[in-house]
Amino acid sequence: MKVGLFIPCYVDQLRPEVGLAVVRLFERLGIAFEIPEAQTCCGQPFATAGEREQADRLGRRFDTIFSGYDVVVTPSGSCAAHVRRHGGDRSSDRIGGRGKGGTGQRTRELCEFLVETDALRGLAGRLPRRVGLHASCHALRDLRQGNPSESREPPRVEPVRALLGALEGIELVELARRDECCGFGGLFSIEQEAVSCRMGLDRIADHERAGAEIVTSSDVSCLLQLEGLARRRGSALVFRHVAELLADALAPDATAAEAADGSR
Amino acid sequence: MGHVSRARAFVADAERTRWHDQALWFVRAKRDAAADLVPDWEALRSEAAAIKREALERLPELWIEFEAQATRAGAVVHWARDAEEHNAIVARLLRERGVTRVVKSKSMLTEECGLNPHLERQGIEVVDTDLGERIVQLRSEPPSHIVMPAIHLRRGEVGETFARTMGAPEGLDDPDALTALARHDLRARFLAAEAGITGVNFAVAETGSLVVVSNEGNVDLGTALPKLHIACVGLEKIVPAKRDLPVLLRLLARSATGQAISAYTSHFRGASAGRELHVVIVDNGRSRLLAEPDFREALACIRCGACLNTCPVYRRSGGHSYGTVIPGPIGSVLEPARDLVAHAELPHACTLCGSCAEVCPVRIPLPQQLLAWRGVLAARGLHPRRRRLALRIAAEILSRPTALRLVGGLGRALARALPESLVEQLARPWTRERALPPLPAASFQTLWKRRQATARERGLPARSDAREGDGDAG
Ligand code: SF4
Repeated sequence: MKVGLFIPCYVDQLRPEVGLAVVRLFERLGIAFEIPEAQTCCGQPFATAGEREQADRLGRRFDTIFSGYDVVVTPSGSCAAHVRRHGGDRSSDRIGGRGKGGTGQRTRELCEFLVETDALRGLAGRLPRRVGLHASCHALRDLRQGNPSESREPPRVEPVRALLGALEGIELVELARRDECCGFGGLFSIEQEAVSCRMGLDRIADHERAGAEIVTSSDVSCLLQLEGLARRRGSALVFRHVAELLADALAPDATAAEAADGSR
Repeated sequence: MGHVSRARAFVADAERTRWHDQALWFVRAKRDAAADLVPDWEALRSEAAAIKREALERLPELWIEFEAQATRAGAVVHWARDAEEHNAIVARLLRERGVTRVVKSKSMLTEECGLNPHLERQGIEVVDTDLGERIVQLRSEPPSHIVMPAIHLRRGEVGETFARTMGAPEGLDDPDALTALARHDLRARFLAAEAGITGVNFAVAETGSLVVVSNEGNVDLGTALPKLHIACVGLEKIVPAKRDLPVLLRLLARSATGQAISAYTSHFRGASAGRELHVVIVDNGRSRLLAEPDFREALACIRCGACLNTCPVYRRSGGHSYGTVIPGPIGSVLEPARDLVAHAELPHACTLCGSCAEVCPVRIPLPQQLLAWRGVLAARGLHPRRRRLALRIAAEILSRPTALRLVGGLGRALARALPESLVEQLARPWTRERALPPLPAASFQTLWKRRQATARERGLPARSDAREGDGDAG
């Protein structure tokens, strides 16, 4: 199985340590992978902005770059959802989007990939911390990773929760609203800045009330939004992508304290 | 002024925003609990979705069937192409009978058509009889929610309104006392009314009957006392048969308020001797929407309000911020169909979190429709120039890895070199309430390449550290 890693443009530029955490994690798990150098953006920000032409253009680029891989893994629920579900119908293209065998079908969000391939089998990571899980709306409601709180469908595995829950010593705190949006929403965070911030602050308050020390998510964009708001207010919360938590918890030489500090 | 600025003004009152959010979340939670008690909630939603879609497919024939059945039962059916025709028909019916006092039970359609001001201009007094609707009427405000029209008001504010308009004692904020006052005032108006106007939840083709749900008994009182009942119904309210009602009624109350069933479900079919029932069927843009594949499903809406209650943006911006008759997710889909330029901000008043589609009892794909509107806005060049330009430049950069690495590296290097306050200034409005993220010296691609090189040198996998190599603008 040929695995291509997609590190989204904003992770590449703003949170490289998340990409490196995926690398560390894959190396630790013995998963062979490649990181195509030409990769930039899957087109999601343009699609949600309504600019389909630009989204499709970047989407086609994405398709071409990842055409040679059996599976494309990305540490971003929203990028995976975009490529998989909204990537535009490029089925007329040879390797096209959501079409049969297209990148849409072959793209996996990181946690989903790890659970589907049972990659952590037999490995016991350790993370003795109180962790608040911020659900990525797109992973949850678009990719159906788990059951959103509105839904009464039969229970489904929520990969990110399953992976974290398996760590020794971890306490996943109970939120009052377990899957409310952080308010990022791409350009929404700028165009509707006031409402966006209110939404984010409400999430932070929920995590603080629940006693979380670390807030984690399978989406970096949610974390950037929440972290920006929390830091401005001098909150003690630490924000780390689930790849960082897993890589640290599974690192052979990592003591638990190192794993959680993150020293950001 | 659009949604953005009105929403900002709403959010500026942090206390009210918190309270509004929690009041609506409470209703959402009641809906969740009600859904838990239905053995197969999701199957019920699918059934309702299928019923309403079938109805949309067969719309013309179903209305013809309805007209025949309703006429046979003794109702008079009128067709109105738009709001103007609707208002003219209602006004004519009232004028011909010398009616000057009308009681109305909540109808978003008459709100949409602007019926009240139209009738008032002709000297006809219209009293809204749902408590919430009455409160906003006394305040000369539009409803802020399609099921709970006065949800934006606190008890004290209702007390002030009653003190100003009904001579209530100052400072009264006890809900029971306020309700008793309103009831007393409304009772006299019910008794004096010469006609009752109602909305309609479902029009049944098979029987030519109308179904109206309510919680306060005002629908029954308002149609039983006066001899004339005018029911105003939108083109999308038709359902094929009686057997469809249980499915839709079970979902409607649970989705709207978490009740198993609304307190009153009134069925009207024809008119008894000495009484009149007129049904005004209104298009007002609905048939146009029906012809739009991307948006037609929005006509399946049964106006339960669940998408409003769950919407994190609606809860924190209030119904009035939308500047429309119907606010929230469904309003942001329906209203741009009427006037895209005026409502160009609405499809963007959404983070695409997807919660609305999950609660919608008839499975309207609201996020996809909002996304579709964004595409229409872009195609018609209705996005601000600056936004279009910025996105075009961004797309050009992102189409070229070297350009991304160059621009990104320079940007980060600059941001790291300049004083923080200046950078924050430049990064507004992102930084109005948010701290900038600590910017890394090197991008992932740079660090990854460096890591591989080191590993090759050592013949080992390198220890990774994103913070290594400060000063490198890669
Ligand atoms: S769109 Fe769906 S959830 Fe929203 S009001 Fe209509 S029926 Fe209810």
